[in-house]
Amino acid sequence: MPLPVQREIDARGSFCPGPLMELIRAVRGSEVGDLIAVLSKDPGSRTDIPAWLKKAGHDLVAMEDEVGYTRFVARKVR
Amino acid sequence: MTKDVVIVGGGVGGLLTANLLARKLLPGGARIHLVDATGMHVYQPGFLYVALGLANARWLARDTRSLLDRRVELVVDRVGGIDTEASRVHLEVGGSLPYDQLVIATGCTLDYDAIPHLREASYTFYSLPDAQRLREALRNFRGGTLVIGVAGLPYKCPPAPVEFAFLVDEFLRRRGLRDRTAIRFLSPLNRAFTIESASKLVAPIFAKRGIELDTFVNVESVDPERHELSSLEGETFKFDLAVLVPPHKGADVAITSGLAGPGGWLGVDRHTLRVTGAENVYALGDATDLPISKSGSTAHFEAPVVTEEIAAAIEGRSPDQVRSRYGGKVVCFLETGRRQATILSFDYDHPPVPPRPSLLWHAAKWAFNRAYWYTVPQGRGV
Ligand SMILES: Cc1cc2nc3c(=O)[nH]c(=O)nc-3n(C[C@H](O)[C@H](O)[C@H](O)COP(=O)(O)OP(=O)(O)OC[C@H]3O[C@@H](n4cnc5c(N)ncnc54)[C@H](O)[C@@H]3O)c2cc1C
Repeated sequence: MPLPVQREIDARGSFCPGPLMELIRAVRGSEVGDLIAVLSKDPGSRTDIPAWLKKAGHDLVAMEDEVGYTRFVARKVR
Repeated sequence: MTKDVVIVGGGVGGLLTANLLARKLLPGGARIHLVDATGMHVYQPGFLYVALGLANARWLARDTRSLLDRRVELVVDRVGGIDTEASRVHLEVGGSLPYDQLVIATGCTLDYDAIPHLREASYTFYSLPDAQRLREALRNFRGGTLVIGVAGLPYKCPPAPVEFAFLVDEFLRRRGLRDRTAIRFLSPLNRAFTIESASKLVAPIFAKRGIELDTFVNVESVDPERHELSSLEGETFKFDLAVLVPPHKGADVAITSGLAGPGGWLGVDRHTLRVTGAENVYALGDATDLPISKSGSTAHFEAPVVTEEIAAAIEGRSPDQVRSRYGGKVVCFLETGRRQATILSFDYDHPPVPPRPSLLWHAAKWAFNRAYWYTVPQGRGV
């Protein structure tokens, strides 16, 4: 069962602006404590998304591999 | 009975859809109304050139009527409300219009107020008056630290700040100010540009031109007294001149009609462009919440899809399976300065493979700038 979230963004097929930008925008528009999921099939997301979450001080809650894409779940911490 | 099509917004998406529909439908097949708040069609890519003194503002706007098929009725008014229950749009001045099919192409609104002091402390080239103001500031600039950054996501034309960095570097060199100016490019991501392959082309040119790259900087606040900006990620940057992409949101009417989701963007099906939760309503261009570039090019490739869906509904047939599906196609140029550019072409399934920047793509971009009025709004080449 995928983790239930406040907001899920299907960024599959997004090369520009890309899944990370979609995640950053969702984090900006969310409340502290919210869980946000982003779906990406860009292999770069596996490094980019955790790196940004770390720098911005938010949590990576899950990184779930599905067929042909990955589902990242983040928690807005501050 | 004659059907009514109402298109709200006469930008790239709305104007093109109106013209394509007029051509596609049989005479008398439908009444088409295009409602636009200004009655002027604006070529926004030109704002960048205006800011740098490379183009004249007069070149950037034309009367919408002059670009519109005779069979479309132009209404210059602002849509203040959309009633999907009654299938009507309410105009601010001229009453209301009924629709059988509705297209929302209201673009973005710049949301300066989302960041206190943004307007007094920084500059931008995201609207014509802003570009003219920046042009003055650049004329009076005598050197110091110039920062270029992004103060909100999403924003239209993702390559524009990168292009500005290259072009302002050239501008400052011409004026003999480059060795007195530090240019810092504040990227929201961990690389120079969102698309990795393009970033690999851009980053070495930044280095060669002495443009300093700071990564993971999403501008969150500006301090006008200290000439300092702070990022969402917790860093601060001093500046003498800050050029920032302002926060964007969807159009007011998208928000007040209750159709839009967070940020005022309209949820749509990524292939059919039908607005989620409403019947006979489509959206295209910057107004949607699709996770793809907000660009004129996107609207350009979406318009034929909306046209086919609506034409099929009016003609009582099922839509052509291929032409009624948007595959995510976008084609954008990226200027790298010194008369060079590259091109980014991609869709939902195919990432871009940008060629090395060259004079060829720069020339193509300028040919496009000039040919725009005669090609894009008319749907030539779609
Ligand atoms: C500096 C800059 C550079 C750019 N460069 C490029 C580029 O190189 N290539 C590219 O493809 N794109 C570029 N773009 C992006 C491009 O201009 C936009 O993505 C494009 O115009 C979007 O088209 P649209 O039809 O969705 O919205 P718009 O063209 O913005 O049109 C929206 C229209 O809706 C009208 N409207 C809004 N609300 C209402 C209402 N309530 N009632 C009636 N009318 C209403 C407005 O008056 C406007 O005419 C650039 C943009 C900027 C700012």
